[in-house]
Amino acid sequence: MAGNSLKKYNRIYVALLILFIVSVLGPEIADIFGMEGLSRMALILPTAFGIAIVKAYMVAAHFMHLKTEKIYAPYILLVSLALMVVFFFGVKIDIMASEGHNWEKPYKEPTESSASHHGDHSESHDDDH
Amino acid sequence: MAHQIIATSRSATGIPTGRLAVWWVVASEIFIFGGLIAAYLLNRFLHGSWAQEAAVTNTFIGGINTFWLLTSSWFVVIAHHYSEQRDAKKTRQFLWLTILLGGFFMGFKFVEYYKEISHGMTLFTNNFWSFYYTATGLHGFHVLCGMVIMAIIAEGDIKNERNWHRVENIGIYWHFVDIVWIFLFPLLYIAK
Repeated sequence: MAGNSLKKYNRIYVALLILFIVSVLGPEIADIFGMEGLSRMALILPTAFGIAIVKAYMVAAHFMHLKTEKIYAPYILLVSLALMVVFFFGVKIDIMASEGHNWEKPYKEPTESSASHHGDHSESHDDDH
Repeated sequence: MAHQIIATSRSATGIPTGRLAVWWVVASEIFIFGGLIAAYLLNRFLHGSWAQEAAVTNTFIGGINTFWLLTSSWFVVIAHHYSEQRDAKKTRQFLWLTILLGGFFMGFKFVEYYKEISHGMTLFTNNFWSFYYTATGLHGFHVLCGMVIMAIIAEGDIKNERNWHRVENIGIYWHFVDIVWIFLFPLLYIAK
């Protein structure tokens, strides 16, 4: 890993700090302007999660030296990530859907109206079942 | 005569064996933390109440802890830089600075846990808090393990000017722990 310079690491660190500040500011701006629903999501998703992906890439590529590492290492990690994506969408069907072919999930997520009858505390306990 | 480990000189992939082993560790950690994060995302989509619970977490402490970990990642890569130059003094210095920041992270995490538990949010309050303590606790355990291994490398290897490659190996592990936090931070503290 010769050729790595302190200047490059310093630049990456400063960039990470700037991205970190932007990711924290996103929800704060949404709160200040009273943004709700889709507009709030449109601001928070890129500033929080989009920036998290960029930060993770910068750490992996430059600090972990994946950019200059032999190709086997990125392959090992990418295959692991790909399997996690398969896992996510595999179980998503079971978790998010309430019914399918020859099966039905008896649990129903409390609606807002029923939650308001029971209060927030009881709703959080419903989640446990 | 330099301390020679036979296993590090054999490699079919072109990657030194020790470093290749760390990559496999990181791959296994992707499944551990990836599974947790996937489960969290699905539950967050399904249960609206999780957003209300996430609103209770302390963004300030979460943000400060992100700063400690990002800075510690920077320090450990500088330690790696000096280890390549065989500068034992500076390598140890930056390894210990990394350990110090890991200690700050654990200290702030402890304060955060104390505040949350004293307000009645425990591991058994509901599924959100079960996930919160499982994910952050497991991550904290990894930080602690990294600190211990780093201290052993600093005092056992670098002080005796041997096994320099271990600085890079522990650095890879530490950066991965940092990446896990990079994703836990928006999930648990920012998305409210």
